Amino acid sequence: MSAGFYSPDDLVALWISLKLAATTAVLLMLLCTPLAWWLAMTRSRLRVLGEAITALPLVLPPTVLGFYLLLFLGPHGWGGRLMQSLGMQPLAFSFGGLVLGSMLYSLPFVIQPLQSAFQGVGARALEVAATLRASPLDRFFTVAVPLARRGFVTGSVLAFAHTLGEFGVVLMLGGNIPGRTQTASIAIFNHVEAFDYAGAQRLSATLLLACFALLLLVYGANRRAGAITAAT
Amino acid sequence: MSLALELTWSRPDFQLAVACEFPDSGISALFGRSGAGKTTLLRCIAGLERAPRGWIRFNGELWQDEHHFVLAHRRPLGYVFQESSLFAHLDARGNLEYGLRRIPPARRRIGFDQAVQLMGLESLLAHRSGELSGGQRQRVAIARALLTSPQLLLLDEPLSNLDLASRAEILPHLERLHDQLSIPIVYVSHEISEVMRIADHIALLESGSVRAAGPIHDLLTRPDLPLAHLEEAGSIFEGVIAQHDEPYHLSYVAIAGGKLAISQRDAPVGQPVRVRIDARDVSLALTPAERSSITNILPARVIDVTNDRDPAQRLVRVDVGGCPLLARITLRSVAQLAIAPGVQLYAQVKSVALME
Repeated sequence: MSAGFYSPDDLVALWISLKLAATTAVLLMLLCTPLAWWLAMTRSRLRVLGEAITALPLVLPPTVLGFYLLLFLGPHGWGGRLMQSLGMQPLAFSFGGLVLGSMLYSLPFVIQPLQSAFQGVGARALEVAATLRASPLDRFFTVAVPLARRGFVTGSVLAFAHTLGEFGVVLMLGGNIPGRTQTASIAIFNHVEAFDYAGAQRLSATLLLACFALLLLVYGANRRAGAITAAT
Repeated sequence: MSLALELTWSRPDFQLAVACEFPDSGISALFGRSGAGKTTLLRCIAGLERAPRGWIRFNGELWQDEHHFVLAHRRPLGYVFQESSLFAHLDARGNLEYGLRRIPPARRRIGFDQAVQLMGLESLLAHRSGELSGGQRQRVAIARALLTSPQLLLLDEPLSNLDLASRAEILPHLERLHDQLSIPIVYVSHEISEVMRIADHIALLESGSVRAAGPIHDLLTRPDLPLAHLEEAGSIFEGVIAQHDEPYHLSYVAIAGGKLAISQRDAPVGQPVRVRIDARDVSLALTPAERSSITNILPARVIDVTNDRDPAQRLVRVDVGGCPLLARITLRSVAQLAIAPGVQLYAQVKSVALME
């Protein structure tokens, strides 16, 4: 694809989308692994609360999520004031704000596959590892993670793809600033608003193909992993 | 006594109140019905469960009391679970090496090759769990536990989920384990035939407490315990192959009280063997039978006579060379022969099973 195919603004928007999706996916994996582990293993009553909260972004309109984040992170919100008192810029209308919003928005897409994968590992495999002298951390990395690898593949790819397609949160929280917070999905909206259907088409087709390719990757990887699991 | 414990655990559905000691060698069977608390007790010993009250001590080391609890991965024991529990993401070799790698080389007392040879795994190392039969998986699991060089091996009904052929395949390996390694083993089972074959010591568990514990010969034949009243009740004798009788296809096993003929075995003279004599295969006579088809006749002295489940029958415990032998005979015979404690008589054994 030559650079002439996309306008410079489109390229920047695509780059921001990619950067946002990658950053979100990496941070979510780091955050959700311990959280999903806790949800999968705990017998605490807090688990129900944890599950409800982490599933909330699934049903909440993205604009609602974006709106509250905007209030919270804006110069007059708690988060915004806290950041200002620490000498930092408020996160609203910045790339950092987008990352935070995307993380919340895509959280269930990482938590749920990871939690069910960890639950699938079962207590027995971990007990076996304990009787073979593996400490809790050792058991986690040498038994739970390899046995839950499907959850890791699914979670990270879904986080990436879902963030790529995100619109409402980004619009509310990012404010559609070209070059900073304007992602590809928002650029498509702008093109349509301006009756530039060809421009919208180029970006839309790109996102469609990218998401399709990613999902193929997930299902392909899971099929291979499934073949191994089925054989064991 | 290497392992001693006293544990109390009250749960709505279940009560555990156990005090017992296990010898520091040989196989100790933890025997009882399902629901008697055998697995719970084993899991407490392993540190997989924590009974709220009590203590566990192993070789002078405190594993649990009110203030201390040594976590499972810090207890020097091996555990084999009831069902196959191989790691699905590793092949057999990877499973074996998992525990081995976590033991510092200086503390390893069992080598990889030794464990592989002991459990007969040479041709299975590259296979994943799904490619192995149930019996093979259990053999890998036992070898995997051995490779942590445990000071105590806990086996939770390792044969119960296997078919008869797989059991027959594993038992000889367990016996080799018993003969070649000096690790004390606690073996949970509800199969008396398994226990009779491999155990040296029994702890009898009934609804969460230890009813009796002691050497297998004594417990199997004690008339106050349910074991002697089982349909398959019998006695165990330790002996050695004494001689072979080629023309008649017989082998003789010397035991403390005499000699027993069995079908000829391909075993060298002098080899130690264990034989099992079922109570229903023993008859009693006041004089040694002449002109009878019974070859195995042992001089014996009556210890006691007890009621059995069937009112027409009595359970007679006799002493043969210092070892107890059980006979199940009719009340009528007891009366006619005037069988009573102290009477000298002859035990005629119709059939002897060699445990191998």
